[in-house]
Amino acid sequence: MTELWEGLTRAIQLIISFDPEVMEIAGRSLAISATSCSLAALISLPLGGLIHFSHFPGKRLLISIIQTLFSVPTVLIGLLVFVLFSRAGPIGGLNLMFTPAVMVIGQVILIIPLMLGLILSALRGVDKGVAETAISLGASRLQAGILTLREARYAVLTAVIMGFGRAVSEVGLALMVGGNIKGFTRTLTTAISLETSKGDIELALALGITLLFIALIVNVALNRFQQR
Amino acid sequence: MALLKTVNLGQKYGERYVLKDVNLEVDRGDVFALIGPTGAGKTTLIRLLDLLETPASGRIYIDGVDVTCSGGYRLAIRRRMALVQQKPVVFDMSVYENVACGLRWRHEKSEAIRQKVEAALELVAMADYKSRNARTLSGGETQRVAIARALVTQPEVLFLDEPTANLDPVSVSKIEEVLAHIIGQQKTTIVMATHDMSQGQRLAGRIGVLIDGEILQLDSPSEIFTSPKSREVAQFVGVDNILAGVVVAKDNGLVTTEVSGYRLQSISDFGLGEEVYVLIRPEDITLTLSKDIGSARNTFLGRITKMTPLGPLVRIEVDCGFPLLALITKRSAQELGLTVGGEVYANFKTTAIRTIKRWR
Repeated sequence: MTELWEGLTRAIQLIISFDPEVMEIAGRSLAISATSCSLAALISLPLGGLIHFSHFPGKRLLISIIQTLFSVPTVLIGLLVFVLFSRAGPIGGLNLMFTPAVMVIGQVILIIPLMLGLILSALRGVDKGVAETAISLGASRLQAGILTLREARYAVLTAVIMGFGRAVSEVGLALMVGGNIKGFTRTLTTAISLETSKGDIELALALGITLLFIALIVNVALNRFQQR
Repeated sequence: MALLKTVNLGQKYGERYVLKDVNLEVDRGDVFALIGPTGAGKTTLIRLLDLLETPASGRIYIDGVDVTCSGGYRLAIRRRMALVQQKPVVFDMSVYENVACGLRWRHEKSEAIRQKVEAALELVAMADYKSRNARTLSGGETQRVAIARALVTQPEVLFLDEPTANLDPVSVSKIEEVLAHIIGQQKTTIVMATHDMSQGQRLAGRIGVLIDGEILQLDSPSEIFTSPKSREVAQFVGVDNILAGVVVAKDNGLVTTEVSGYRLQSISDFGLGEEVYVLIRPEDITLTLSKDIGSARNTFLGRITKMTPLGPLVRIEVDCGFPLLALITKRSAQELGLTVGGEVYANFKTTAIRTIKRWR
């Protein structure tokens, strides 16, 4: 109990004093997760619209598969990315292994199903009359699709928040393909894991609280945007 | 050339035909009303004409161009038309933005959008609501926004699907006022569907009666209401007295028709021995307690079999040897002391009767 209390006190000191190491790791975590979240959103939004508005055989099956992938273990995606990008892998020549870039790629693959699935259910929640009314007023299919996404904006934003949450909090993938290299690919989660195993509970706790703090700020910012 | 034309247009959902062989022509500037009971296929026909659905059979021509399935042209053609739906869906944004949508999709300049949206909101008396979220409006206000949203694009054809259904009487009259103004001021061709036959009569220049997916009659409002060509149309337009008879005498345009052994006099051109229907609107029948009724040539003594109150009116069924249905005010019924089982004289003028050839 004492250890926990001391850990908390030290953690707060580290945060208040803007400890360079904590800030550097937190900044990298935020940058990697925000990049993967933005890229995943850029892919999921049009893809979600396309799947929602298209009629094709196997659509229900595809949606079921997407929903199943919500719970894919991060280490499994890590393994897949590892196999693809390792020196002997099919795209090993890109030399991206153990770089922030490959961590972003992995996180994008990890969160796309979640974001896509939530966007699809957000679009399903919009009155079908919206797109039809738009079309009757002279909108093209694309314009009607954008309007429908706009109508679902709160639920779509929730999908993006969930995606960010999954990206910033995962550890397996970051560890496997990032390698937890100090000053290069070390993120909050991989650092927490490392510091805990080293016995530096205070630092691990400080990093954990920082992680929660980042999640809080992102959520507050997005919620404010939602309420506008 | 007709602006809108359909040839044998049909639509089916699954195996069920909801529209059969619809042949229509609407000229530029016309106000055309589709009237018919709920479920007759009016909405389906409007949706087909607005190119929101593809027909199962038949063709649609706009300005002489076949647009039935022309994928590439559909957007361009649709942009020449606008639809106001029965239950309009407004978007989750301000009234102003709702009305501006159609113009933005047409890539109009922002200054032109501002001017047009403000004029359209002014027209439907919703200018004060422009900053309100459209989802917070009442039914009547929503309908007015929907009308402004359609009108702002200056469509060549404006489709109105039951524009006043499910609205309170005050909202109905406000919307009819707006529509009458549009009809009077603008050259927009209007195709409206309504189950309210009197609304069709008030607003339209031509009416098509759609019953069970078929256009049973296409005529001017006065013809539809005075000379229905089938029992279904007659009943729909409120001619409740449809009596089968035979012309038994003719004298200078005054024709005597025998109905169930009783003789009715009317004005028509039918010849002796012709089988006809005698149509009498219930509101054209007056009820009296004595035979002295002035100018009505047709007077029959009967017994009241049923009285049904209809707001300020009473629907009275009288058995005169043949059934008659009269519609009188509640006050008149009270003054005359009418009761079920009581005797009463049913009177109607020769001019109140429309004699038409017997159908089917």
